[in-house]
Amino acid sequence: MGLVRWFHSLASPPHFYRFARRLSPWLAVSSVVLIVAGVFGGLVLAPPDYLQGDGFRIIYVHVPSAYVGMLAYVVLAGAAAIGFVWRIKLAHAVAVSVAPVGASFTFLALVTGAIWGKPMWGTYWEWADARLVFELLLLFLFLGYMVLRAAIEDRDKADRVSAILAAVGVINVPIIHYSVEWWSTLHQGPTIARLDSPAITLDMLVPLLIVIVGFTVYFAWLVICRLQGEVLERERTARWVQQLLAERAE
Amino acid sequence: MDVFLLILRRDLKIAFRRWGELATPLIFFVIVASLFPLALSPEEAQLRASGTGFLWIAALLSSLLALDGLFRNDLQDGSMEQLALSPAPLALIVLAKTLAHWLVSGVPLLVLAPFLALSFYLPVEALPTLVGALALATPTLSVLAALGAALTVSVRGGGAIIGLLVLPLTAPVLIFGARATDLAVHGESTLGPLYLLAALAVLALSLGPLACAAALRVGLE
Amino acid sequence: MSEFLDMGGYARYVWTAYGITLVVIVLNAWLARRRHAQALIKVKQMDRSELIERTPTVRRNP
Repeated sequence: MGLVRWFHSLASPPHFYRFARRLSPWLAVSSVVLIVAGVFGGLVLAPPDYLQGDGFRIIYVHVPSAYVGMLAYVVLAGAAAIGFVWRIKLAHAVAVSVAPVGASFTFLALVTGAIWGKPMWGTYWEWADARLVFELLLLFLFLGYMVLRAAIEDRDKADRVSAILAAVGVINVPIIHYSVEWWSTLHQGPTIARLDSPAITLDMLVPLLIVIVGFTVYFAWLVICRLQGEVLERERTARWVQQLLAERAE
Repeated sequence: MDVFLLILRRDLKIAFRRWGELATPLIFFVIVASLFPLALSPEEAQLRASGTGFLWIAALLSSLLALDGLFRNDLQDGSMEQLALSPAPLALIVLAKTLAHWLVSGVPLLVLAPFLALSFYLPVEALPTLVGALALATPTLSVLAALGAALTVSVRGGGAIIGLLVLPLTAPVLIFGARATDLAVHGESTLGPLYLLAALAVLALSLGPLACAAALRVGLE
Repeated sequence: MSEFLDMGGYARYVWTAYGITLVVIVLNAWLARRRHAQALIKVKQMDRSELIERTPTVRRNP
């Protein structure tokens, strides 16, 4: 019961802010440790791939970015929906904070995917790769959310209207994913190497999982960092903020 | 049901009075489709290979344009607020308005498309599928465009960003529609993509108006 | 060591990818912290002006 109550108390901005202050450094440090360890494992310890040689090592930055991008969109839509339905301001603040981070990681997934593609397919961009096209559309969904928010002046309205866009987007994500997959199987030539088929052994997989966790924790840190700023701004007329400033001044 | 028919008839009447607004998306459709050969090449082989794509993209963009002012006119003269206050579900009203717009912009598209298709050297046998696929796809496109209009109803000059918001969501429609047409051009069975288009239309028509209504209520505050 | 840097001939691709990743990661950290800092600044500024607004002004006799 205590845990539930603590969780509920997080929805209150002052509680959240103080909790975030304390949690932040732990997230930052552990994410860096995980990422460095995973990357070391991926670059040094993992054996070269049978087909792609050392080129496959890009997987250790491409896949975690793609994963975080997708996670980010789900978190965005979920937070926006919670904010819309239950009118929790903090939830909208979460959505605002997630959007730019999600867009960055999706962009990174696209870029690393394209770089990976060059030696494997011979070209930087391959329209026939379902994953790249899907990532591109996901990036547009993030950008659409951010543009819509920016276009609406009233913050409450912006929160709620963009929440609807995010909800519609998230329903579309599996549809878009399926349709692009289906479309790409029709157009895939025989020369296109399937990127996800380096027969992945355990010593290749473990570093990948470590980097994925590291990226996820890093994502959490970034969002919480932005969230602190967002909450401060939204709550600037509240007393707890003045108290906080007084504390900091000491 | 009465409300639905009432709004439908009202919007149709208004649309016919403003025939300029009616004609614009259709002219736009023809112009966009015609620009592709100018940008690429007028050779028969090229056109036959890519004509399907040109048609579908032109249809997509024209649908977006057609529903741009769906709510703006009502918003400006104050009738939007009256509609929102009425006891009838706003989603139903939105559905009626969207249907009215589809009747005046989507259906003429179905008439024009075959002519453009023939100009791109697409075989006559493919035309029924093209029209059928467009008939299934344009309602979905109309709903998505309506959603874009509803989301930007409180944004000054909102029309500009509707495309950015809505076009990524139309990708599946484009994929299945163009695929159906391509299959027909090659004389193969088109049932798969057509079923998928129908499924998307059902999904869009059932959930879309609800999202539009929610967005309108927020925008009107 | 040079074999490691060479990445089996794929050095250009692997190191560019990792380099861009590093840039994006660091950039995000910087931007996120900056967001927090900007909010703090805004709050401090507003705090003072808001306080000034809230302080009742003396009514002047017409």
